[in-house]
Amino acid sequence: MARYLTAKVGRALFVVWASFTLTFALLFVLPADPVDLLFDPAERNSITPEIRAQVSALYGFDQPVLVQYLLRLGAALTGDFGTSVQSGRPVVASILDVLPGTLLLAVGSLALAVVAAFAIALVATYTRHRWLRDLVEALPPAAVSVPVFLLGILFIQVFSFTLGWFPSFGEVGAASIVLPLVTLAIPVSGPIAQLLVRSFTDEFASPYVVTSAAKGATRGWIVVRDVFRNASLPALTIAGITFGNLVAGAVIVETIFSRAGIGRLTQTAINTLDVPLVQGIVVFVSASFALINLVVDLVYPLLDPRLRAELRAGATAPVPARTERSPS
Amino acid sequence: MTIGTAPPPDVTVPVAAPPEPRRRPAVPPPGLVLSWLLVLLVVAWAVFPGLFTAHGPYAGDPALSFAPPSWEHPFGADQLGRDLFSRAVHGAGTTLTATLVAVLVAFGAGTVIGLAAGYAGGALDTTVMRVVDVLLSIPSLLLAMVIVSVLGYSTYNVALAVGIASIASFARVMRAETIRVTHTDYVEAAHGLGVSRWGVVAGHVLPNALGPVLALAALEFGTAVIAVASLGFLGYGAPPPEPEWGLLVAEGRDFVALYPWISLLPGTVLALVVIATHRISTSLRPNR
Repeated sequence: MARYLTAKVGRALFVVWASFTLTFALLFVLPADPVDLLFDPAERNSITPEIRAQVSALYGFDQPVLVQYLLRLGAALTGDFGTSVQSGRPVVASILDVLPGTLLLAVGSLALAVVAAFAIALVATYTRHRWLRDLVEALPPAAVSVPVFLLGILFIQVFSFTLGWFPSFGEVGAASIVLPLVTLAIPVSGPIAQLLVRSFTDEFASPYVVTSAAKGATRGWIVVRDVFRNASLPALTIAGITFGNLVAGAVIVETIFSRAGIGRLTQTAINTLDVPLVQGIVVFVSASFALINLVVDLVYPLLDPRLRAELRAGATAPVPARTERSPS
Repeated sequence: MTIGTAPPPDVTVPVAAPPEPRRRPAVPPPGLVLSWLLVLLVVAWAVFPGLFTAHGPYAGDPALSFAPPSWEHPFGADQLGRDLFSRAVHGAGTTLTATLVAVLVAFGAGTVIGLAAGYAGGALDTTVMRVVDVLLSIPSLLLAMVIVSVLGYSTYNVALAVGIASIASFARVMRAETIRVTHTDYVEAAHGLGVSRWGVVAGHVLPNALGPVLALAALEFGTAVIAVASLGFLGYGAPPPEPEWGLLVAEGRDFVALYPWISLLPGTVLALVVIATHRISTSLRPNR
């Protein structure tokens, strides 16, 4: 168990370090002159060499790449990702400022998405009507096919402008978060629902279900008591994809609905080529991803008795075969 | 052979017979036919835009400003009086080419990397898979945004960025398949017969490992269309006068209260294309 734990934690730490290194290479080394990235392209030519040198020294670009890298890595280890070029505030503070808004949006959408996905899987498994099953099974592929930005604009048009039920932008009052929540929940629920439908169908065809039925259990009892319990766990294996969908969706949803958050901060940082902030956000996102996967890896064996037994026997094989590619 | 004493070995209690494979109907399902027709139509838009619309994508007629959809202008016109159907037709070229480039980059690089890692094994495999792990830990839209900010804003850089951001998932699938195929009897037999390593890789491993990767490529088309359009929508793709699909939706955003067709009709084309490619990729998947 200790070996398993060390391996998993080590892997998570490696991912965070490597994403720091990768973004350093992309943002600080690849551009011919990183100072260029700090200025508006239109103003680049009007900048005097003295100012260039000054800025270069300020951000440490005049030092050898390796020294820059080690200095930045050392600072990052103490939680210092430098200061945002645009606002002049520490990167970490800029991220933490807008984090609550995004967390609220992401957690709310995730909850909504999970409920919707389970509803779809339960209906598809429970119903005896072919047409209803086909209809419900067509929903998840449609949910991942409609671009988030189009959904957002469609919802604004219908529910804000035509019906006037919810505000079209801003973050004042509880009603303002309804449309962003629903917009983000739809693409997030798609892959979860697809996985659950498949997993529910597989479990429903398994021998113990036949046994249950033979012992007189009703269809509803089987679906809720047997299938639901056994088929839900695999949804954890796509926690990574779900997280990616939430982040990507948040970028677009926060832009469309003009909400402050990590997504919009990312967009502003990229638009203004705020290199330290971009790096900070990418490392933050990748660290969150690593943490989520770590938690899944550690929690999964606790929930699945078969894996628990395997671990006790000393097997160090990775726990669930992760299906990273979006299932459909 | 005495009959009747020993129980016949192959008569056993039927324990959960494997589910019968869904029979393929002789006539393809209508949804699939529609999907193919739609994709072919949109590809035709991309190749011969002039055949489908008499209006230019850039020429605006002030008299038509905010004209609603009509027979002459099926998608209506935008604030500058540009025919939106024409812009959607011409935009197909930009968006679909970018998608194709993205998928080819991801497929090509991913296949080579996965094949090399899976076949060579050892330190190369470990290194490659750790890098893949890292790339997968950054959401691909975010990674593509970072790459495009370094490369500069343009449709081709968006295509490249989307492609690079999806290399990891292709490499992962290809590696798994390569490892599976490398351990089959026929590959070992080929080695035993003295076929060179390159001959084995090119003649046996690659063709047999490619199936699931091709299925992933088909699926990736839909995902890449969305990614390209999303980056276009956020303003990282083609500059404004260009008729790129994501940009078309973004341009109509400010007018959605009064003139919803400007955003929603080109957006609907985009969504239908993605739904169609998903439907097609499902039908191409081997086992289901």
